[in-house]
Amino acid sequence: MTAVFEPWNETRGGEIIAEHANQEGATLVILHALQEAFGHVPQAAIPMVAQALNLSRAEVHGVFTFYHDFRHEPAGRHVLKLCRAEACQAAGGDALAARAEAKLGVSLGNTTPDDRVTLESIYCLGLCATAPSAMLDGRLIGRLDQRRLDALVAEAQR
Amino acid sequence: MNLRLFVARDAGAIAVGADEVALALEQAASKRGLTIEIVRTGSRGMYWLEPLVEVATPQGRIAFGPVTEADVPSLLDALAGNTPHLLRLGATDEIPWLKRQTRLTFARCGVIDPRSLDDYRAHGGYKGLERALSLGPDAILNEVTASGLRGRGGAGFPTGIKWKTVAQAKADRKFIVCNADEGDSGTFADRMIMEGDPFLVIEGMTIAGLTVGATKGYIYIRSEYPHAVEAMNAAIVTAKRGGYLGDRIGGSTHSFDLEVRVGAGAYVCGEETSLLESLEGRRGIVRAKPPLPAHYGLFGKPTVINNVLSFAAVPFVLAEGAKAYADFGMGRSRGTMPIQLAGNIRHGGLFETAFGVTLGELVDDIGGGTLTGRPVRAVQVGGPLGAYFPRALFDTPFDYEAFAARDGLIGHGGIVVFDDSVDMRRQARFAMEFCAIESCGKCTPCRIGSTRGVETIEKIINGERVSENIALVEDLCNTMKFGSLCALGGFTPYPVLSALKHFREDFAPAPTTLQAAE
Repeated sequence: MTAVFEPWNETRGGEIIAEHANQEGATLVILHALQEAFGHVPQAAIPMVAQALNLSRAEVHGVFTFYHDFRHEPAGRHVLKLCRAEACQAAGGDALAARAEAKLGVSLGNTTPDDRVTLESIYCLGLCATAPSAMLDGRLIGRLDQRRLDALVAEAQR
Repeated sequence: MNLRLFVARDAGAIAVGADEVALALEQAASKRGLTIEIVRTGSRGMYWLEPLVEVATPQGRIAFGPVTEADVPSLLDALAGNTPHLLRLGATDEIPWLKRQTRLTFARCGVIDPRSLDDYRAHGGYKGLERALSLGPDAILNEVTASGLRGRGGAGFPTGIKWKTVAQAKADRKFIVCNADEGDSGTFADRMIMEGDPFLVIEGMTIAGLTVGATKGYIYIRSEYPHAVEAMNAAIVTAKRGGYLGDRIGGSTHSFDLEVRVGAGAYVCGEETSLLESLEGRRGIVRAKPPLPAHYGLFGKPTVINNVLSFAAVPFVLAEGAKAYADFGMGRSRGTMPIQLAGNIRHGGLFETAFGVTLGELVDDIGGGTLTGRPVRAVQVGGPLGAYFPRALFDTPFDYEAFAARDGLIGHGGIVVFDDSVDMRRQARFAMEFCAIESCGKCTPCRIGSTRGVETIEKIINGERVSENIALVEDLCNTMKFGSLCALGGFTPYPVLSALKHFREDFAPAPTTLQAAE
């Protein structure tokens, strides 16, 4: 299932920010909400968040860039995350990651030229007893093997 | 015929097809005109048997697993006709792997419907809070202290002392913060308990709140755990409706409220001061200690910050008394530890047992060795910052001090098993790489040291001046260990040095170089 995001819209962005601005320590809450709506955190939203929270733009930019989750640009239509942490390494995750890179023709952290698939590393999904694991657009997959990975890649490319 | 079935809603079970099996059961049953009720529980923690399907019988629950969609028709035949089935495992409670555990914290996980407050209460839930309300703060502190409970996040700091410090602090506001940023690879106990018994975490935090005089709590859950976020949010709404959160909790004069906050993919936010910064809406930069969070915590107020499992252990301590908990364990490690068996392992999952069980028992006996069937060569205990142990150290008992004495740590209780195909140079390099990716950047040993570490181990792998570079790595590890502000930079040396110490052969120059030298 592909997530559908709204195009950036200043009024809508302002509403989202206002909705959460009254919570204590709201910066991450707001950045999450913006990303959920627009698929990434548009640059234009940063000064708006700063103003709403009475912070400097630099502070908000600092928070935005510190966390791995926040996207500067929209991802591909599908996001395939492969767990690269130790439990999945022990179960053959490295070879599967290399296979996914080869199949998609992009390295981890990148999007295919047709914008269909973003391939990313993730450090632990907490599925370490059924390693290796992956996540395709929010759907969890454990006991990954070559066959299952190929099916996931094919699904993502559709 | 009316069948009551249990299928886990746990993320680990869903990842291997529990949703599909539940759906197939429903569809197949309706086609046959069978009336069935499927209760979506937490997981029992036997992940090699997931998706596990249990059926209620007058003699208790009977388990089948691992069930696939294709097994559903034959499974329904067996259930309807009470006939044998290939996947039948017998009475769930009699499965040896489950039976030999001591489940105090995980007693209800996999048994009850995690969305039902009634089910929670019917299985002993909120007994701890009830007793806590009748005891009052001082007596609760005595119980928690006497139980010997130590922080389950990894540091092992006595929970009673932490709570007492916050209780004695004077402030207009105090906070309870639950650290659910379970980022260590090989650990999933926090996730399981949040998904399988979320009211337990709420109850533990509520008891902490009334002990120290805090009326607001936050649960900081990592974004990689969407199912846990959903489960906790649902449980908070239900607890509020049931009078267990909000004003006058459980009919008392105390107020306590909870809010879930979601992390954003920073491993370092599992460190308590970094987590507090993140909760306040800032970069997850580690704070220097002192001041301790107990004095100057969230928004500068006295704060109890504990791991999920620490809070989850408290209701038992209050309900059954400190002694009942402290009777388990060894030395200064009292009670039970939910141990997580992971990686290349045959019987992976959640094994809660009293401290003192040896690493060898856990890996070989309980875990059943590797899934690949190859010999176990190394196990990493305690996440990415934990040491690699060779077979020679498998007699180490699971205990905070025993692991420290062997230059390791039990951390959050995760054990990741590797077979003999592992290249320990790569594991050592990964430890430095991970530290470099996740370093918050505040202190130099961690920020720069980890990058120099990756480069130097790279040289060792390439066979460049191997012995000199090994000495350099050891020296660098020493600097990181003693010079870093928090456990990220301070403990990254554990996997690196243990790999060097116990698996030296992997770091020797490649055979071709040796031949050239002859």
